[in-house]
Amino acid sequence: MAKKVAFLQGNEAAAQGALYAGCTFFGGYPITPSTEVAEVMSAELPKIGGKFIQMEDEIAAMAAVIGASLTGAKSLTATSGPGLSLKQELIGYACIAETPVVIYNVMRGGPSTGMPTGPSQSDVMCAKWGTHGDHPAICLVPASVQEIFEETVRAFNLAEKYRTPVMVMPDEIGAHMRERIVFPEPGELEVINRTAPSVSPAEYKPYDTKFGDVPPLAAFGSDYRFHVTGLNKAEDGFPTTKATLVQAEEERQIRKVDANIDDIVTFEEYMLDDAEVAIVAFGSTSRSARFAVNEARKQGIKAGLFRIKTFWPFPDKQIAALAGKVKAFITPEMNLGMCTGEVKRCVEGKASVTGIFRVDGEPINPGQILEMIKEVK
Amino acid sequence: MAFDYDKYIRPGKLPHIWCPGCGHGIVMKGLIRAIDTCGLEKNNTAIVSGIGCASRLPGYLDFCTLHTAHGRAAAFATGVKMAKPEMNVILVGGDGDGTAIGGNHFIHACRRNIDMTYIIMNNNIYGMTGGQFSPCTPTGAKASTTPYGNPDPAFDIAKLAIGAGATFVARGTAYHATQIDKLITEAIQHKGFSVVEILDDCPTTYGRRNKFKSVIEMMNRLKDVAVPVKAAEKMTAEQLQGKILTGVLYKEERPNYTDEYAKVIARAK
Repeated sequence: MAKKVAFLQGNEAAAQGALYAGCTFFGGYPITPSTEVAEVMSAELPKIGGKFIQMEDEIAAMAAVIGASLTGAKSLTATSGPGLSLKQELIGYACIAETPVVIYNVMRGGPSTGMPTGPSQSDVMCAKWGTHGDHPAICLVPASVQEIFEETVRAFNLAEKYRTPVMVMPDEIGAHMRERIVFPEPGELEVINRTAPSVSPAEYKPYDTKFGDVPPLAAFGSDYRFHVTGLNKAEDGFPTTKATLVQAEEERQIRKVDANIDDIVTFEEYMLDDAEVAIVAFGSTSRSARFAVNEARKQGIKAGLFRIKTFWPFPDKQIAALAGKVKAFITPEMNLGMCTGEVKRCVEGKASVTGIFRVDGEPINPGQILEMIKEVK
Repeated sequence: MAFDYDKYIRPGKLPHIWCPGCGHGIVMKGLIRAIDTCGLEKNNTAIVSGIGCASRLPGYLDFCTLHTAHGRAAAFATGVKMAKPEMNVILVGGDGDGTAIGGNHFIHACRRNIDMTYIIMNNNIYGMTGGQFSPCTPTGAKASTTPYGNPDPAFDIAKLAIGAGATFVARGTAYHATQIDKLITEAIQHKGFSVVEILDDCPTTYGRRNKFKSVIEMMNRLKDVAVPVKAAEKMTAEQLQGKILTGVLYKEERPNYTDEYAKVIARAK
């Protein structure tokens, strides 16, 4: 049987991806340019007995999805820059309480209200450093409508697998662009569900490291009763200020991601085998970069593309390896150097790193990148 | 036979953090008696709080307990209730948590009439941070951030709840201990968003700054200002000057949010 094909907008694909992953709860607040996710979820969730709620503000939406997740529901919220700023308080809560949730954030211009309908890639640092305190961060940066669907599914998988909030962050171009999408059949993409506790309710501890760095999370309203807090907690979930316990808990939370980087980090290498110039790009900018690489190759220039699919954790290892092979890096991005700084950190001076930055609400076009390739080659 | 509170207290979690003379423990016992009267199942009951002294209450109780962020209890609880409407959801917290930083979530929970019970312990002060004025600190009162007297007018929590659409609003005091469980029982049994304000005392950060010589004096104030709604009907405006009405202040039947959403699901299917 032929697969179902559609002509979809990125935001619509995100909603469809969430449903494919088994999302049954959406809590949101209207914000351009992500609102279509809420609109689709408001129509689709009740059909499957799921719940949609439009909350009174962005913080409340974040709170609602954490609350819902604690009852066992796979939960999604969608927002954009200013909303992401507001949600940071409770993104930190989800990190420390180790509650799986997916935050779909469409990157528009900023800071503040910025350019609500203009594309940007300037939320990537906010995704990692936005909430206070040490905490893990997973952030996926899809570049096409198909990939927004697939990466939303993967975001739910990672959230459930590692008991942590996961962000999916297309730029506004990806979110509002319409293109062909082939829907995966049920079962075709992996869908990971939360590990249920294997011990009796009496023995259950919500952060029991006997089960490794990611202890099973029971659901409110099941046979298990437990306590959840935003305070530093011991294995039993109750607050503690005992130095050794707090240190161990904090380190474990970071380790959940750091020790599993190879499982989490995804990327695409395009024409890099013999490349002398490597473009490191993500989101819609990577599409311009690919075009530029093709053009450069036609002109005999050995250019390639390293496309970041997982921005956090950053593909340190891969960029460092590339630094030993290429002469120059070019980092086009719709911000003033956020990815560039990370690439420089990984390259450690072994090759030149030149950024192309646009924050004027216009996409970076292939011509701009091609010119730079010629300049640095 | 004496009431067995231990049945609902988490083993090993007492003593609590509250200061001697604080009324929060009285409210907790009232809540426990109400839960017992209503026969709520432990596994099927979530107790949700924000941040502050009063918000530490859920940790002592043997239910599904969620100690959230400052002011956010109602928003978290809304997620719990929406996702699992069959659960009983009870919110607890203080006046600063609920009406300042949590004010927006509070009024919208009232508006939605979502079937949850919110117990606000109003001690007129931010206790945990050392006694700064809250939206419920009386005008003129001293707090650590109103050394010359509070210039702000105070919220009337009950009026705020009624105005915002809560369908059950009651008020009691920490002095009238035996009334607390009756009010909370009625609130839990009410279908819709119910608010129970308990006038409370903070001898440590409010009393000592406002010329209360003892906890007894603070408790006597609660006793003196409280007038049951029934009694108030027979009193003149002059007699009611400076008094605070207690008892069930407002009650109406109105469709609640999760029932209405069940209809949305039926329509969508």
